[in-house]
Amino acid sequence: MDINTLIIAIASMGGLGLLFSAGLSLAEKKFYVEEDPRIEKILNELPGANCGGCGYPGCAKFAEVVVAGEAEINGCPVSDDEARKAIGEILGVDVDSGEKQIARLMCQGGNYETAKKAEYAGIKSCLGASYFGGGEKMCEYACLGFGECVEACTFDAMYMSENGLPVILDDKCTGCGKCAEVCPQDIIEMHPESHKLFVFCKNLDGAKNARKVCIKACIACGICVRNVEEGEMEMKDNLAIVNYDIYGKEAKLPTDKCPTGCLAIIGKPIVDEPAEKVEA
Amino acid sequence: MNLLLLFISAAIVNNFVLTYFLGICPFVGVSKRVSSAVSMGLAVMFVMTITAAVTWLIYHLLLVPYQIEILEYVSFILVIASLVQLVEMFIKKVSKPLYDTLGIFLPLITTNCAILGLALFSVLREYSFIESLVFGIGAGAGFTLALVIMAGIREELELSNIPKPFRGAGITMIVAGSLALAFMGFAGLISM
Repeated sequence: MDINTLIIAIASMGGLGLLFSAGLSLAEKKFYVEEDPRIEKILNELPGANCGGCGYPGCAKFAEVVVAGEAEINGCPVSDDEARKAIGEILGVDVDSGEKQIARLMCQGGNYETAKKAEYAGIKSCLGASYFGGGEKMCEYACLGFGECVEACTFDAMYMSENGLPVILDDKCTGCGKCAEVCPQDIIEMHPESHKLFVFCKNLDGAKNARKVCIKACIACGICVRNVEEGEMEMKDNLAIVNYDIYGKEAKLPTDKCPTGCLAIIGKPIVDEPAEKVEA
Repeated sequence: MNLLLLFISAAIVNNFVLTYFLGICPFVGVSKRVSSAVSMGLAVMFVMTITAAVTWLIYHLLLVPYQIEILEYVSFILVIASLVQLVEMFIKKVSKPLYDTLGIFLPLITTNCAILGLALFSVLREYSFIESLVFGIGAGAGFTLALVIMAGIREELELSNIPKPFRGAGITMIVAGSLALAFMGFAGLISM
């Protein structure tokens, strides 16, 4: 192949490309469709991660429906207060910006804390394990530990700890809710950032059974309920529940009253080292 | 007469979708409603016709004289992509609902193998300019025909009681296969 062919090839293809692009740009002018300029502006305020947390196929579509008035301004769970205010300004409305939500894992039953009922050798997925006998842990409500939530997280806000439980990084969590969606056990919940006190357990078994399967299970002893004002907490189906509406936001309860340590304040683990390992 | 035969050959006997199995993606994707199938078919037909003409010109006036036939794929794709952009702009301007209905399948005409196939076939078979133009229109008509037949059947299917395992994609594939079988009946009708 001589150099002439090369030059001709480059020139002809370049020429064709130029010709077509010129034609297209002319056509673009002729067929220009006026779009609401606010869509573009709102799109600039959105995170642009296209995570789908809002329920629409991407940030662009969300911007479109917000302008059309079909979606709430704070419908994007990822955007921060600032962005919501900016969007509100673009649309000329006040935003009641909902509080930032953070994913919380409602289980402390890692490999160490829970007893095992069997070795699970099926496909390494939470969903698979949930279909097939509910994984290897004795507690049927526990985290299955295959990290489907970590894989679902598009913001690198989660990782699997050595103990086999997902850890959520508060400062990176955007509250999109993807992890809660994929969890077959439904033990990841979305909570407002200010909620600090949680019952980190979903076990509905009675005291005897709960005790047997996990050292950090709620054994429904009711100590916590007796130690707070009426209505702030209650027992329901063998599980203590915090009524945040009445309880308020402050984590004021002395959590060391809880014998198993399932009631805890975020960031302040009360029971650091479990006394003994449970045997199945 | 020859041109008429060529048209029928491209549209029915050697139907791009049902005989060559080109352009299956929109065939399954945009065949839920007859109305959108017609519009999709027309859009493809437009792109096919213009592609046939423009690629013929490029091939015979540019690539052959300078002996750079090796670039036919690049230049053909360039033509197709530009045309699809044009159609997209046009449809967006004229009918936003139609634009939304066609959705992703409209820009996907760019990578629709039926269209590149058409351009390559007409080079391979050494058609004249008029012939390749007719070939393009015929192929587009055939594509529209296949899409509309499929959409008609699928509209009926929605009302019928399909056994559970076949619902959705399954029955669509079965219908597509049966259609292809039916079109095989035309084989040998015209040999072109």
